[in-house]
Amino acid sequence: MDQQAIIRSIIISTPEIIVIFGACVVLFAGLMRSKQLLNILTGLSLIFVALAAGATSGLAGPPLLAYGGTFVVDGLALFFKAIFFLATALTLLISRRYVVEENIAEGEYYALILFALAGMMIMASGRDLLVIYMGLELQALAFYVLVGYQRRDAKSTEAALKYVILGAVSSGIFLYGLSLVYGLAGTTDLMGIAASLSAEEQPGPALILAILFLITGLLFKLGAVPFHMWVPDVYEGAPTPITAYLSVASKAAAFAIVLRIFLESVIQVENIWIDAVIIIAVLTMAVGSFVALVQTNIKRMLAYSSIAHAGFALLGVVAGGQDGVSSVMLYLLIYTFMNVGMFAVIIMMRNGAVRGDEIDDYTGLATSHPVWALLTLIFLFSLAGIPPTAGFFAKFYILVALIDQGYVALAVIAVLMNAVAAYFYIRIVMVMYMKAPSRHFDLALTPMLRVSLIVAVTGTVAIGIVPGWFLDQAQNAAFGTQQASIIGLLR
Amino acid sequence: MLLDYMPIFLMVAVAIGLCLFILTLGSLFRPHNPYPEKNRPYECGVDHVGEAAGGLFHVQYFVVAILFVVFDVEAMFLFPWAVVLQDIGFVGYLEMFVFIFLLLVGFAYAWIKGALEWVS
Repeated sequence: MDQQAIIRSIIISTPEIIVIFGACVVLFAGLMRSKQLLNILTGLSLIFVALAAGATSGLAGPPLLAYGGTFVVDGLALFFKAIFFLATALTLLISRRYVVEENIAEGEYYALILFALAGMMIMASGRDLLVIYMGLELQALAFYVLVGYQRRDAKSTEAALKYVILGAVSSGIFLYGLSLVYGLAGTTDLMGIAASLSAEEQPGPALILAILFLITGLLFKLGAVPFHMWVPDVYEGAPTPITAYLSVASKAAAFAIVLRIFLESVIQVENIWIDAVIIIAVLTMAVGSFVALVQTNIKRMLAYSSIAHAGFALLGVVAGGQDGVSSVMLYLLIYTFMNVGMFAVIIMMRNGAVRGDEIDDYTGLATSHPVWALLTLIFLFSLAGIPPTAGFFAKFYILVALIDQGYVALAVIAVLMNAVAAYFYIRIVMVMYMKAPSRHFDLALTPMLRVSLIVAVTGTVAIGIVPGWFLDQAQNAAFGTQQASIIGLLR
Repeated sequence: MLLDYMPIFLMVAVAIGLCLFILTLGSLFRPHNPYPEKNRPYECGVDHVGEAAGGLFHVQYFVVAILFVVFDVEAMFLFPWAVVLQDIGFVGYLEMFVFIFLLLVGFAYAWIKGALEWVS
């Protein structure tokens, strides 16, 4: 690489550089002794996220390739980075009081959130399997520590240990698939792999094995059945803001690489993986929806709900094409708003001795706090997919994409599973509205938590009102991806 | 087909045979007087207490080991960089400093946090 290409690459990866630099600054800022330390750390982290978001928006436009084509900033990457920035900012806001309550207020907490953000950004931008893997590991390492951040809490430690072991296994499987693909295609570049796969007439056993390993590794990260066993334990044990962050940002990042690898690169050998993904998507929705019915812990219930949501979004991957990709992207954006909102509600309930993560803790919330109960209702209705909330349109567009591609039976199954899932969301609404309060509510509302709740509810309602505009954004982003692939192939 | 692997089998056979030969030769000639002190496992100069598997290790061994691995890996990257330094030019020279800087950030952090203090 000559000097000019390197400077160009540095400019294209400015947002990542800002986030990593910010993480180092926040790490050292955490060593200060100050009464305002937490406010300073939150503020600093938010400033760096905002700077990175500004730098990212400055890169909008035609796809840009950096570092010898291994790193790309295109519509898909920009859209997913927007989701990551949003999720990170909301996580930082909802953490402020929670870290004091749980006695985990340290600089590393914020630095690790930023390192995870950097990893996810690299995942979204990677166009080479090795770069994607590096981003995946950076993100995963930061999350391992964050999940186990409540060191004195047995559940948190157990969650971290399970996450590390299963994360390492899934990384290993993914890496093994990656090495097989490299052996077959002779390159780790996604476009190069696509080109060499299209040259092959009949997929050999090695190729099938390679693709299945890649799928398995990625589905582990998504928490799809039968690779979902880590999800409930990790979601329950992790600090609540981290659970929120994990469920939206980490999942979105995994979908970003699924979309990029499957729909840009190994789409050529679709017949190998499409049946497996269909079966897994249906199983994921079924297990997520049915097991959530019997949960009494709301974090565990949301874990199973996130499994079901991942299954639903996988259907968009099955549909594929322009509509499939954009519907998955819109789904993840909407899921970010509504799920972080719901976790913000859980954090709102956490105060002093009250843990607030049992469903019974919500009994009769509506009588004393009608406004906050209404917000909870909106998030739950959106998660259940009831119009006119955003959650309805998220599912609607995926179903449209499915039916367009002729998967009518699959769409019917998805709707049926969703009807099952609606029950456990609405059960909480029922408990809030229909029962008399059994205790006095003391909500842990801070200005930052209010802001994040308002942002989340605004997003959930706004996308529900004007879903078309947001879908256009996603479609533009997905269309940009197609252009990037064409440019990639021409080079 | 299988004959192509003959040299590998031969090499493995010679390696095993050589090991056996040298060990046998050693056992024939060396003096043989074991005593408890000599049979004790050597643990970095610190007297061992009880079973190694059942005993507790000081957690600071772990911290030191992690820091060691960090700089071990740094060295692993520095050697190939040094070999090709002339080919990669000034930009390649500077790029390694970005890497070293990021490592130094972590090192300085560990130092300030007191990870290098041995509290016994």
